[in-house]
Amino acid sequence: MRLLAALSGGVDSAVAAALSVEQGHDVTGVHLALAETPDALRSGSRGCCSREDARDAARVADVLGIPFYVWDLAARFRADVVDDFVAEYAAGRTPNPCLRCNERIKFAAVLDRALALGFDGVVTGHHARLDGGVLRRSVDVEKDQSYVLAVLTPAQLSAARFPLGGMTKAQVRAEAARRGLTVADKPDSHDVCFVADGDTRRFLRERLGPQPGPVVDALTGAVVGQHDGAYAYTVGQRRGLDLRVPSADGRPRYVLSVEPVRSRVLVGPREALDVTELRAERPVWTTEPRALPLEGLVQLRAHGEVHECVVEADGAAGGAGGAGWRLRLRTPAQGVAAGQAAVLYDGDRVLGSATLAAAH
Amino acid sequence: MAYLDHAASTPLLPEVADSLAASLRASVDAAGNASSLHTAGRRARRTVEEARERLARAVGARPSEVLFTAGGTESDNLAVKGIWWSRRADDPRRTRVLASAVEHHAVLDAVEWLVAHEGASVEWLPVDADGVVHPEVLREAVERDPSDVALVTVMWANNEIGSVQPVRELAEVAHEHGIPFHTDAVQAVGQLEVDFSASGVDALTLTGHKCGGPLGVGALLLSRTTGCTPLLHGGGQERDVRSGTLDVPSVAALALAVDLATQRRAEVAARLVGLRDDLVRRVQDAVPDAALNGPVGSARLPGNAHFSFPGCEGDSLLLLLDARGVEVSTGSACSAGVARPSHVLLATGADGPAARSSLRFSLGHTSTVSDVDALVEVLPGVVERARRAGAVLAR
Repeated sequence: MRLLAALSGGVDSAVAAALSVEQGHDVTGVHLALAETPDALRSGSRGCCSREDARDAARVADVLGIPFYVWDLAARFRADVVDDFVAEYAAGRTPNPCLRCNERIKFAAVLDRALALGFDGVVTGHHARLDGGVLRRSVDVEKDQSYVLAVLTPAQLSAARFPLGGMTKAQVRAEAARRGLTVADKPDSHDVCFVADGDTRRFLRERLGPQPGPVVDALTGAVVGQHDGAYAYTVGQRRGLDLRVPSADGRPRYVLSVEPVRSRVLVGPREALDVTELRAERPVWTTEPRALPLEGLVQLRAHGEVHECVVEADGAAGGAGGAGWRLRLRTPAQGVAAGQAAVLYDGDRVLGSATLAAAH
Repeated sequence: MAYLDHAASTPLLPEVADSLAASLRASVDAAGNASSLHTAGRRARRTVEEARERLARAVGARPSEVLFTAGGTESDNLAVKGIWWSRRADDPRRTRVLASAVEHHAVLDAVEWLVAHEGASVEWLPVDADGVVHPEVLREAVERDPSDVALVTVMWANNEIGSVQPVRELAEVAHEHGIPFHTDAVQAVGQLEVDFSASGVDALTLTGHKCGGPLGVGALLLSRTTGCTPLLHGGGQERDVRSGTLDVPSVAALALAVDLATQRRAEVAARLVGLRDDLVRRVQDAVPDAALNGPVGSARLPGNAHFSFPGCEGDSLLLLLDARGVEVSTGSACSAGVARPSHVLLATGADGPAARSSLRFSLGHTSTVSDVDALVEVLPGVVERARRAGAVLAR
């Protein structure tokens, strides 16, 4: 097959491309330039899209002996991922930009262009398995990325290849070293790639400006502190609240909800974070849509814990993927933030995902 | 394989490869720093000076006007910054640079650097739809205030769309006001008749690897009366304008390449014009809406053809042609590898989509009709695919 391998400059995509070459595929490497000012971005291990990463990606292609190009998707990435990230926070939600990038960039703009150019599919270094078109968790539970891929439709998945799903990260590094790929010991990227220093709060403040308001104790209604912008807070957050009035029982308080319109941040005790009923909008099924209600497992944030649940149809929250979801959890979840994805699993198989709207 | 990217770099002439190999071999037995005073040093210096004379003769310059450099980018930077510094030192009012809007980045970015760091101002001279700067445009820009112009720089021929500039007329306009004139002739040497003295320019950039010489060596021709403050300080080589131990084998190879390319120029150019016109006609037959950019006829570099393919992205076309063994370029290569709309096409009045949909085919001394055949055979299918991908991108 003619495959397009997305080469980030990291070890995972390098090994994914190498394995595809060794399987006899005709592979072309592409590095996605996502940053509009590559020099201003973090370099080295902290993320992606720096000039250093582009060079590392080019060197991987050299070693593999495959053609290599850079595709400039910076404008698209800004509009679909960065601006969306800022707008979601401004609306009091907590987005997952990696998921959005997979949905809009890697498996949309890139995949569509690849197919139009005559490629049969796109290879990435994601840690997830595809078994006969069914998306499954990686064998490396720590590194599993099925959560951020759960927004893909069957059509998108049918043209995707994840050669690393059956390997642990340690095995991936060993395979890279065995092939003489210089990125074998490159540190993992983490955090949000376009937030240069990892300081999301400052990144948002620079774009949204100060929007001061009160921090309110949800139990007493008392103002217990001030904030510079509700957008900088995430449900479940405990650190960085800078509260001036201690709680009655002396126990720490957590962000319970964020109300950007009234510029309020509500805080309360840990147990007030517990939720057992959730609504999620705009579902996407990674397989054939399932009949509701159904019993399954749900994961509510990347690398978060998994809850047994019953999913019922919620007509009001529907979309192209059918009715919205009402999720009843058997065990309470804590710190569930609107804007994150609720990803539904059957064992280690991904069924689909929907965007969390509100928790009760 | 069909190599249609000679404007990026053209194959080494076999005679030059032999000369380089022989002099590298000789360097195993004897060291030779052309600045040394002993016998070995004199031998190296003799080689350098013979190269200087040979190069000078080939391009109508005097030997003392030849300064060897590490290539086109260095020569452009040396001329633009060095002449600017020297002119301003003589009169602090002289800070304005007049440069064509279609210069190579080696000139563009050197000028921008002067603006950002040295208090220079720049006026980008507009070009017509063929990419040509008209002398009256320059005259108007100069005469707005002749006393504050530090230098004028306009390339001899454009690397993307092949436009040949009226360099002699432009230099005359500058000289009416005593303003020095630099030209980047990197693309011209070996394809057009380049005579430094007859052209009247004060400084001229040339490089080896665009005319069959080695990579990494070039020259700046600089008239004896033009002041130029050095970029590099050290041993005072090259009239004190360009310090640094000379790369003797490369300098000799450069001179040989320029000499041979100049001797063979008329014959090669005539052949390339025929081949290029054939390419243009057959591309237009194969893809009827392909639009030729740049001038036609003698106002164009013999080996250059440049098209916009409506609805296509240039980098899609490049990828698809590369996969089919046809090597082309979207214009001037950028270090990050990211395709940007060509500033040259934008300067000619093209819109963003036309600028992004363009592809350059450049022929050189090793090109044959089979290269054109290979291109034309795969082009219709490639354009059709790229168009589909372009439609996807536009969604």
